[in-house]
Amino acid sequence: MSENLNDNNKKKADEQDFLRQAADEEYQYGFVTDIDTHVIPKGLNEDVVRQISRLKGEPEWLLDFRLKAFRHWLTLEQPAWGHVNLAPIDYQDISYYAAPRQNNPAGKEIDPEMKRTFDKLGIPLEEQMRLSGMAVDAIMDSVSVRTTYRERLAELGVIFCSISEAVKDYPDLVKRYLGSVVPYTDNFFAALNSAVFSDGSFVYIPKGVRCPMELSSYFRINAAQTGQFERTLIVADDDSYVSYLEGCTAPQRDENQLHAAIVEIVVETRAEVKYSTVQNWYPGDKMGRGGIYNLVTKRGLCRGDHSKLSWTQVETGSAITWKYPSCVLKGDYSTGEFYSVALTRNRQMADTGTKMIHLGHHTSSTIVSKGISAGESENSYRGMVKVVQKAHHCRNYTQCDSLLLSPTSGAHTFPVIEVHNDTSVVEHEATTSKINEDQIFYCNQRGISTEDAVGLIVNGYAKDVMSKLPMEFAVEAQKLLSLSLEGAVG
Amino acid sequence: MLEIKDLHATIEGKEILRGINLTVNAGEVHAIMGPNGSGKSTLSAVLTGHPAYTVTQGTVTLDGRDLLALSPEDRAHEGLFLSFQYPVEIPGVSMVNFMRAALNEKRKYHGQEPLNAAQFLKLMREKRAIVELDNKLASRAVNEGFSGGEKKRNEIFQMAMLEPRLSILDETDSGLDIDALRVVASGVNKLKSQENATIVITHYQRLLDYIKPDLVHVLYKGRIVRTGGPELALELEEKGYDWIKEEFEG
Repeated sequence: MSENLNDNNKKKADEQDFLRQAADEEYQYGFVTDIDTHVIPKGLNEDVVRQISRLKGEPEWLLDFRLKAFRHWLTLEQPAWGHVNLAPIDYQDISYYAAPRQNNPAGKEIDPEMKRTFDKLGIPLEEQMRLSGMAVDAIMDSVSVRTTYRERLAELGVIFCSISEAVKDYPDLVKRYLGSVVPYTDNFFAALNSAVFSDGSFVYIPKGVRCPMELSSYFRINAAQTGQFERTLIVADDDSYVSYLEGCTAPQRDENQLHAAIVEIVVETRAEVKYSTVQNWYPGDKMGRGGIYNLVTKRGLCRGDHSKLSWTQVETGSAITWKYPSCVLKGDYSTGEFYSVALTRNRQMADTGTKMIHLGHHTSSTIVSKGISAGESENSYRGMVKVVQKAHHCRNYTQCDSLLLSPTSGAHTFPVIEVHNDTSVVEHEATTSKINEDQIFYCNQRGISTEDAVGLIVNGYAKDVMSKLPMEFAVEAQKLLSLSLEGAVG
Repeated sequence: MLEIKDLHATIEGKEILRGINLTVNAGEVHAIMGPNGSGKSTLSAVLTGHPAYTVTQGTVTLDGRDLLALSPEDRAHEGLFLSFQYPVEIPGVSMVNFMRAALNEKRKYHGQEPLNAAQFLKLMREKRAIVELDNKLASRAVNEGFSGGEKKRNEIFQMAMLEPRLSILDETDSGLDIDALRVVASGVNKLKSQENATIVITHYQRLLDYIKPDLVHVLYKGRIVRTGGPELALELEEKGYDWIKEEFEG
């Protein structure tokens, strides 16, 4: 009998232990590819900016753009307003360009080591391997490794290539749109990116074309002590449609690595862009050592009337996330959407949200943000809804929920609402809840383990957002969410 | 089938169960009645392994297996089912996904292959009919926005899906109107066989008009103080619980 009691007590202790344990689960993508990489020496000055531009064989106008950005950056200070503990970064201790040397850079063949890396990440670079018909732009460190399905897309006039290639092949388009949504003066990290950006994707969807497949970029950081400064530009011309996906991973290292990206999107009249992100950069270890600083400026301009831009993000990685995918609703009757799930655990810190700037009349926006915090992490929603005076009959609906999985984690919301006319309607709803022990026991009683129950409950909580992701991505994101939660409840 | 011997249990140091003895055989229906606070719901929580309770003494076996040594989920896999008095809502988790996870976990435990989507949906359709649960409810999130009656029907539906050896119905009649009560009771009766057993926990005799017990136990202050046939329930209905209290206080 006493054995029973001991067993029972032990079981309870085990359960407590399991619940308290902050995710020992290994990060799956923490490996390093052994590939010869050309890394320029650490440090940042005008010569480095010139060197990057020269390495990429860029035209004069782009070097000018970079230099202006760099000179502006010198006048700025690293922002400190985020609810994250971002120590001042030593920008001279980072290398700003790292290019994996491919054995056969000119040919069509991909370096086998590179191919293995992307295979391991589940990103096949051979077109025939991808039955589902998703075009991929694979980027390692500072360069684009390969873009698939380019020829097929080109038949429709769709341009999908690395931004470096776009600078060479479509200079007019790039010149016209680069920096038009996020000027280099926008903020500290945007200025830095504009000075040193290396690679990223370029997408142009011509008038009236509905892009027949999902376009995706996969970002991989590999080299140590380097930063990744990706730059993505998407232009959807009148009456076009594209769904674009972005994924990212990085090796497991004790040092922090900087990822300061810019994504600019221009949506013309009646066009629609769906931008989905599953962000899984290395989050650092249990004690908060290492991990990626993910400091990103993402913004879309709904320039044409009746245009629509939808951001969906599932954020589980990075030591620090600082990111506000926003919509400038300039065209009348344009629509902006932001659906976000941000999961933080261990010592991760995320400060994320959106800005919806209503400039046109009858514009509408929807914000659904679901924060989930575990361990000793800090998870903040920061958002702004602004309706200018002449933007009449605008609508915004914001729902902002936080779920706490541990008593030592933090959930915060910093909403700003500015409405400058009285014909517009803005709604804001917010809730904070804890994971409910009764729900877990109910699942247990039906034969579902606590770990699986937490996965189910959290996925249920995040469902409104997950359901916005493209089908295949949604399945992956659900797995990622459940995986990231293993042992994360306490 | 179920053998409870001298079971004592506490919550936050307070003793609620003070020596329960109970034997339930396959094919039997037992009713456990008693005034508020007598330990009825505690008994079901302890049997199913709710972490808030601590067993301080006694043994419980199900088909000879030491139940108290098992995790709540393994108790479920061994065939123990609780129809909750207050079924919780799990927003965003569809009944289909929830039941599929539950059923396939049980199958895994018993070394069986998981059901594929088609087999599962077919099974769900069959079992839904038992409690007249319509398709709309089955495709909604677990208990979310269900009425009281729908929640209880949903519990019996889950019972039908999982085919337990021993079901405990905790105050299944509370919050039910007479029509819902009939549907729920008829569902329970359809699921009854010589292979399984049911414990009905109730405050009122009303439910026992529909689910006929073989034995009725009266729980008072954490002990079974009286056991009798169905007539005991009628006697309680008529006389209330005071005479029991007096008998045992005095």
